[in-house]
Amino acid sequence: MARLVVDPVSRIEGHLRIEANLEGGKLTDAWSSGTMFRGIEMILQGRDPREAWIWAQRICGVCTMVHAIASVRAVEDALQIEVPENARLVRNLIAGAQMVQDHVIHFYHLHALDWVDVAAALKADPVKTSTLAQSISDCDKSSAKYFRGVQERVKGVVDSGQLSLFASGYWGHPAYILPPEVNLMAVAHYLEALAWQKDFIRIHAILGGKNPHPQSFLVGGMTTAMDPDEPAAVINPERIQMMRDLVRGAVKFVNDYYIPDVLAIAPFYKDWFTRGEGLGNFLCYGDYSSGDQTDPKTFLFPRGIVMGRDITKVLPVDPSKITESVAHSWYEYSGGDAKHPSVGETSPKYSGPKAPYDHLDVDAKYSWLKTPRYDGKPMEVGPLARMVVGYASGNKLIQDSVNGALKALNAPPAVLFSTLGRIAARALEAQLMARQLEGWVDQLDDNLAHGKTMIFNPVKWDPGSWPSSASGHGWHEAPRGALGHWVEISNKAIKNYQCVVPTTWNAGPRDAQGQRGAYEAALINTPVADPNRPLEILRTIHSFDPCIACAVHVIDAQGREYTIPRVA
Amino acid sequence: MLAPDKNLDDALRSRGITRRQLVKFCSAMLGTLALPERYLAQTVAAVTKARKPVLVWLQFQDCTGCSESMLRSSHPDVADVVLDLLSWEYHEVIMAGAGDAANKVLDRVSKEEKGKYIVVVEGAIPMAEDGMYCTIGGRTAIDIARQVCGNAAATIAVGACAFDGGLVRSKPNPTGALGVHEAVPGIKVINMSGCPHNPVNTAAVLVHYLTFHDLPDVDQYNRPLFAYGRVIHDQCERRAHFDAGRFVTEWGDEGHRKGWCLYKMGCKGPEATFNCPIAQWNDHTSWPIRAGHGCIACASPRFWDHMSPFYERLPNVPGFGVDVSAGELGLGMVGAAVIGVTTHGLLRTIKPVPYPAPPASESTPTEEKKEN
Repeated sequence: MARLVVDPVSRIEGHLRIEANLEGGKLTDAWSSGTMFRGIEMILQGRDPREAWIWAQRICGVCTMVHAIASVRAVEDALQIEVPENARLVRNLIAGAQMVQDHVIHFYHLHALDWVDVAAALKADPVKTSTLAQSISDCDKSSAKYFRGVQERVKGVVDSGQLSLFASGYWGHPAYILPPEVNLMAVAHYLEALAWQKDFIRIHAILGGKNPHPQSFLVGGMTTAMDPDEPAAVINPERIQMMRDLVRGAVKFVNDYYIPDVLAIAPFYKDWFTRGEGLGNFLCYGDYSSGDQTDPKTFLFPRGIVMGRDITKVLPVDPSKITESVAHSWYEYSGGDAKHPSVGETSPKYSGPKAPYDHLDVDAKYSWLKTPRYDGKPMEVGPLARMVVGYASGNKLIQDSVNGALKALNAPPAVLFSTLGRIAARALEAQLMARQLEGWVDQLDDNLAHGKTMIFNPVKWDPGSWPSSASGHGWHEAPRGALGHWVEISNKAIKNYQCVVPTTWNAGPRDAQGQRGAYEAALINTPVADPNRPLEILRTIHSFDPCIACAVHVIDAQGREYTIPRVA
Repeated sequence: MLAPDKNLDDALRSRGITRRQLVKFCSAMLGTLALPERYLAQTVAAVTKARKPVLVWLQFQDCTGCSESMLRSSHPDVADVVLDLLSWEYHEVIMAGAGDAANKVLDRVSKEEKGKYIVVVEGAIPMAEDGMYCTIGGRTAIDIARQVCGNAAATIAVGACAFDGGLVRSKPNPTGALGVHEAVPGIKVINMSGCPHNPVNTAAVLVHYLTFHDLPDVDQYNRPLFAYGRVIHDQCERRAHFDAGRFVTEWGDEGHRKGWCLYKMGCKGPEATFNCPIAQWNDHTSWPIRAGHGCIACASPRFWDHMSPFYERLPNVPGFGVDVSAGELGLGMVGAAVIGVTTHGLLRTIKPVPYPAPPASESTPTEEKKEN
């Protein structure tokens, strides 16, 4: 038996380490460890809850803004503030745009190199590549000349001997099996996506001043003042038009590149429709309301739980059944093991090996991530969870989307529960969301034209209007899944703050009962062809789109002011 | 303009870019750096050198927002920077390799390229608990930083966290986080503060370095003057409203819809230096004040503690005129505490800095006086 270690797992957000046992060419066990901790919830204590979102947003700069929206919702829930319709639309637009852009970046820039051999693209025939591209998509850039140009650019990089970001890839690994032409097409689209993502995300600059970390949320609304006749207004007809153009571009990009590329690459890797399943338990908080944000019936993604792959049953989500434990995490509890986030407590206490180390002691504590459970069970969250829960709930939009893809792939629904299933679910979701964006821009435009410009509810802005204590939670379906913030306010300041984050659900370590988390479970039985180049581990872990900075957090630790060492 | 150069054209063709694109990019960079056009030929020659300088990008206690910000770079296009301008060999969030293959890159670069490569650092470095709050490949962040920054030609610290510990270091600083120049004293470092850094400025620093083999002139926080030398309030598109006494007094009110001054809503623009209003974000689309929210002074030292509460108006903010000091505003005079918004005119006295002084002068970062 060999112990494999992948650290750092690159092409993710944050610092993740995977250790796994390899026996007879297959993984027999696996451990997932987050290796970085900052303590943001602790830093939030004592601060003004109205600005918590500015701080919490910095939990992550990849899924930027998801913690902002969860934070303002938590405080609005605590103070019972209703948000105007325009603010809901702007939040949906910002979050929906984030989801589409994030999914595209994930597929092309974080995940594609697990399936696409950049070096093999040099062997492709540009004419054949052009024929292939034109057979699967209407995208504008598909001539042989275009692909030849891309190939020459790649060749220039390779011939220079300076391979830049590609220097350390597992090129030539036997698990890369795409024909050269598919590789070249994918490399070309890697570059197209790189150009597109920075253009499209200008919608965040319009609605938030910048990306990453847009700056326009408010407890009670948004700062995006609307006025049909005012050039200086954040939302005016000119800006609506800009957004409409960007959103149309997004629909086109997803339809012309993302979906066809996923459908073109997947059939070559059919084995991965049966690998990497993991838990089979799915949790979705639901989100993207068409009316009342507090009513899950208005959600684009339905709220619910599916257990053990059983899509005939959708269970309701009971917030009181969510817990986090620290049995294998570098924290201490004052008593008991599993705590509800509203009363969560943690003191960081590192007890792992001293650096530099070769292996973690996985029988003891081995991660900075905590272990969330629903009713004591490990759950998977994310695009696949949303599609599975939506499908099982009978949501027509989601069923049509999933059934269409299954038909194109000529595959049964069971293939969803796999590494490739996650990739497909993410792509379908991006397509579905891109279309929603158009509708929200239209509604905003309509309100503007009818003089409905209210964007902020001022009733509770003054802390003098607050009760002496209040608590609440804010949920959001972030690109990576179910996200929750819990806040306790006392004497106009944050007393307690806690986040239970998508990647904590997926990447957390085992619980006290020894139940594996989603990453750990998904790696079991994965074949690994070359222990020195564990490409297969990356495929399944990347299919979850890890975001480790989000996943590591803490509250209630003992405050210590650190003194800067004097420079001699 | 540049004379035709066959070698240059060949070099460009191999990289799949046209001469026109290149000249446009170099001109844009000179503009950001406030350098005259006569440096164009030198800049073009520098960025088309046969062997590309090596760059490695380290991520420690970060949110990856500064990496994402770099991916939003439009001029130059991110692909141009990563593939053509430099050999971008290590960057966890986008590099092909993982695990051992990735760790070997850092070892190779710090040995084989010793004294020649550039390192970008994103995120703070935890010093408490022997550094165990951040490990990569089983090594602590501080261990890696000492090795990789210590052997580099120069370190570029991007974002608030790498600059001075940023959010991670704010009270009570649970992990003993520090900025790079504090955690690894004695290295040559330039700080690109901001939350996140603006990629326009960072690209300009890279081009400056490639062209002049030195970092641009900096202020006492080792931040380049071209980006951090002017007060936001003095460059703000809403300044006329401030001068005329037209203020937003409630979110969504008439003044808010008409783009009036956000000072009364807590805007920290009068106390912050950054070229945010000019450079803007995401291909010059907007910036926070244009989106209706006050400035939070994200490029200022220790802004999380010193500039919050963010909705309190100046000067009712702990940092105002005291901790941030005159030096931060570039006035070089004591007694900044007396500067209220009524004397904002003073802030415009910051002088443009004459640079570069060819030949490139030694620009050793001055040891920062620790504020605490």
